[in-house]
Order: sequence, then C-alpha cells, then structure tokens
Amino acid sequence: MLSIETHALTKRYGTARGIDGVNLAVEQGAFYGFIGPNGAGKSTTIRILLGLLRPTSGSARLLGLDISARREELLARVGYLPSESAFYPGLRVRDVLRLSAGLRGMDCRTEAASLCQVLQLDEGRKVNELSFGNRKKVGIVCAMQHRPELLVLDEPTSGLDPLMQRAFFELLESRHREGATIFLSSHVLSEIQRHCQRAAIIREGRIIAEGTVNELSHSSARRIVLRGEASLSALPGLRDMKQEGDSLSFLYSGSMDDLLRVLSLGHVKELSVSEPDLEEIFLHYYTEGGDGQ
Amino acid sequence: MTLLRHELRQGRRALAVWTACIGMLIAVCILLYPDIKGEMEGMSRMFAAMGAFSAAFGMDRLNFGTLIGFYAVECGNILGLGGAFFAALTGISALAGEERNHTAEFLLTHPVSRSRVVMEKLLAVLVQVVALNLAVFALSAASVALIGESVPWRELSLLHLAHMLLQLETACVCFGLSSFLRTGGAGLGLGLAVGLYFLNLIANLTDSARFLRYITPFAYADGAELLTRGALDMALVLPGVAYTAAAVALAFRHYGRKDIH
Repeated sequence: MLSIETHALTKRYGTARGIDGVNLAVEQGAFYGFIGPNGAGKSTTIRILLGLLRPTSGSARLLGLDISARREELLARVGYLPSESAFYPGLRVRDVLRLSAGLRGMDCRTEAASLCQVLQLDEGRKVNELSFGNRKKVGIVCAMQHRPELLVLDEPTSGLDPLMQRAFFELLESRHREGATIFLSSHVLSEIQRHCQRAAIIREGRIIAEGTVNELSHSSARRIVLRGEASLSALPGLRDMKQEGDSLSFLYSGSMDDLLRVLSLGHVKELSVSEPDLEEIFLHYYTEGGDGQ
Repeated sequence: MTLLRHELRQGRRALAVWTACIGMLIAVCILLYPDIKGEMEGMSRMFAAMGAFSAAFGMDRLNFGTLIGFYAVECGNILGLGGAFFAALTGISALAGEERNHTAEFLLTHPVSRSRVVMEKLLAVLVQVVALNLAVFALSAASVALIGESVPWRELSLLHLAHMLLQLETACVCFGLSSFLRTGGAGLGLGLAVGLYFLNLIANLTDSARFLRYITPFAYADGAELLTRGALDMALVLPGVAYTAAAVALAFRHYGRKDIH
C-alpha cells in the first residue's frame, strides 16, 4: 500500500509556477526523501497533500484516502512539521501541546512529556519567548505526540543544533522501526543520504529524478582527481572542473578508454576515480536539469 | 469545542479591556447625571435648536431632562461607537489573524474541518460580543441604581438590545470580510464601523439620504428613534439580519475553499 500517492499534481498561482505534474509514490513504512532547492515546489506539494492548498489539477491520496474528500480523517493519522513553526502568542509550550492534542480529541500528555524530555524542551516556557530552534522542537512534539502513521516533515532540522538533530533522527528512526512512514523534505543532502531509502528530486516544480538513494547516487559520472599534466581539451563529457596547484578535479561521464588514452599522452603522477557523492549529483540536477544519468 | 475555548482564552484580555473602558465611561456619565440634571432642561432646549446638528444626533427628539433621554445620547455614542469598534476588531481578526500570525498552518493541519473552524471562531466572536453587552448592561443598571434613580428597565433593555444587535451585525460583516483577508485588517474593520456610524448621521440629516437607514445598523439603534417608537423598527432590523446571514454564509463558503499560504 502507498502512504503518499500523487498523479499529475499541478498548482499554478496565476501565471506563476507552483508545481507541474508531480507524481509521487511513497510506500507504506518508507523513509522517503524529498529534495530540492528553495522555491522548487517542496512546500507547495506538501501544502497540497495536507489540504492547505487546492491543486489546480491532478489528484493525491494519503494513506489511501483522497486528500480533498477525506481530509479530516487522514489528518488525524498524519503528523506535520512545517518549515517554520508559528504558535499563538502568550501560550506556554504545554498549552500549545494540549491545544494540538485537544484539536485531535486526544490526551497526549504522557507522550508529550517523553518527547519534551528527549528534546530538552521546557513545557513551562512561553512560546513567543522561544528561539527558532526551540519553536521547532514544539513543532516536532506537536507532529509526533499523537503517534501518527505518516510523518510529513518540511525542512525539519533547520534551527536545531547537531546534538539535537541527532536526537531528532533517533526519534524518527524509532518511529520508522515501529512502522511509521516518514516523508522528509530537505535540501540537506547528508540527511537524505544517511536516513532515507528512496528519494525524489524536485526542481522548478517538476520531479526530475526518483529512485533509491543508491540509484540516485549511482550516476555514470565519476569524480576524477589527477596530479600532473594532461591535455583534456578534446575530451567530451567533462564538467565541474577545478584546478588547484597541479591538482585537477572534474566530473567525467564519457568513455573510460578515451580518458585513459588521453591521460597516457600526458604526464600523470597521481590519479583517483570515485563515485560522486549525492551533493555533486544534486548540484548537477539543479544546475543542468540533469536526467538522472 | 476546543477551538472555541482557545479563542475565548486568546480574546479574554481584549474583552476585559474593552468592557472596562466602555462600562466605566458609561458609569461615569451616569454618576455625573445628578450634578448636571438641573442644567439639562435648558441644555435640552439649546441642543434641540441646533438644526441639522440636532437632527443628526436625534437631539431634537430626546429630552435631556430625563435620565433615559440623557442616557440614550451617552449610550448612543459610547456603547454605539465603542461596542462597534470592539465588534469590528474581533470579527475582522477572527479568520485573518490566523494568516497574519502564521498560525493557520498549525490550526488547519489538525483534523478539524474548515467549516468547523469557521463555526467555532464565529461562535467565539458572538460570545464575546454578548458577554461585553451583558457586562455593560449590568454596570449601567447598577450605576443608575447607585444614583438613586429608578432603573427604566424597559427602555434600558431596548437600547442595549438594539446596540447588541448592531454589534453582532458589524462583527458578522467583518467576519465575512475576514475570510478574504490575509493580513489583520484592523483598519478596514474600524473604518467600516466609523463609516456605518456616519451613514446614520447623514441619513438623519436629509430626507434624500433616508435610504441609508436600510444599510447601516446604527439606524435601528438610534436612541431617539427607539425611545419614540418604544420598540425596534423591524423594517430596519430585517435588512441587517439579511446582511449578517449573507456575510456568515460568505465566510463559510470562501474560507472552505481558500488557499492557505
């Protein structure tokens, strides 16, 4: 069964682009990454899934339920962490958590207390006096205290210090092991690479690549680093070339035979060939509208 | 009713401040009445002879020499404008305030339907307006009793009922507008309340502007008219009920389909 399923999901803001024909299929129990730069359409997609925005066309289902017809039913089973959490001024953290639980018709005090302890969040503080990171923690507890089947997290780690990020991902991993589906939107590649099994890359409102994180990382391009002298000007398939002293680094997607032939004509002292990391592939997708190859 | 409770809690400070301000101002006016009572006979004649100005404020038809005549003008100005301001501000910020404070995202990603959000927020606005009016009414009656006058229950109730209806209509119209706004809209709410108040003054000035009485709720809360007639003019109240119903229906319809950014 799919936890998130979209078909040709499109949102236009007048003439401005929102998202265009987004197709997603997130399996139940997956830890799924949604990668893209700011303004690519990540938040728009998420806002449509949660019923905050109405799609211009296309359809979407969460947990097997149509997002427009069964909105309240599915929101009861979803936890959402927005990229920027805002709460009612004057309320204390515990009031916000109780309000959130009350709107769900639940009493989540035990779970909330446990999450606050892990995240080192003082329930007695007023929310409008909290730092961005601490407000984020309140958002995390609101999203998790009802133990949802599906967690939708939009840029969840912004504002959290590295120790807190670790605690947060431990919480997510634990929920994931218990069967929850995690949909993690981020532009921090290492998060996706470390935790997600599959991911989709969105750029300018369109999904430009989707697959397992390994597949996405496994590009035919290689990162070549060499020391010495070689004339590469005639070689096709080179990009992202960087020269530092007598060290030359570039991404190469052409034939290895051709590369070795060219290098043998020069004077190479050292040579290393490695798979590019996801960050490099990510930049390739962003800057060149790559096709995932 | 979690949201209703939350809304009432969020608005309790503003409600207390507005109730105290309006109630205290009215109480002070009533407590001053025994001292200025003797001068009122002459003042009443003077006020009544000020032509268009008198007509605009209904002073040509009110007797300042009586407590209720004096009260109708005071009530008309303090409760009329103060209450309408409170109602307008409460109504206009109900839905738009969520977007202004970026809390709409928090609220609407909980399993609560949009129509339920609109309903509970509307109820909270209405409860606050009614609460303010009940408190001010009680304070007014107590002040009248305190100066040793017998409380004119019928007239006092009629004036306060009319003003409460005025405020409920203003609050609902602003609530309807609120569903279209993304920012607070306090200026729009206050501007609307002042505009409606002046429409009634203009309607009282000239016969050619009498039709404005069917637009502004201040017409059916006009103290002189109410005390002369001894009852609400349903021909003026019913259009107000229609505007109220239309504004509420619009809020339900529009907010249910609105994109929350």
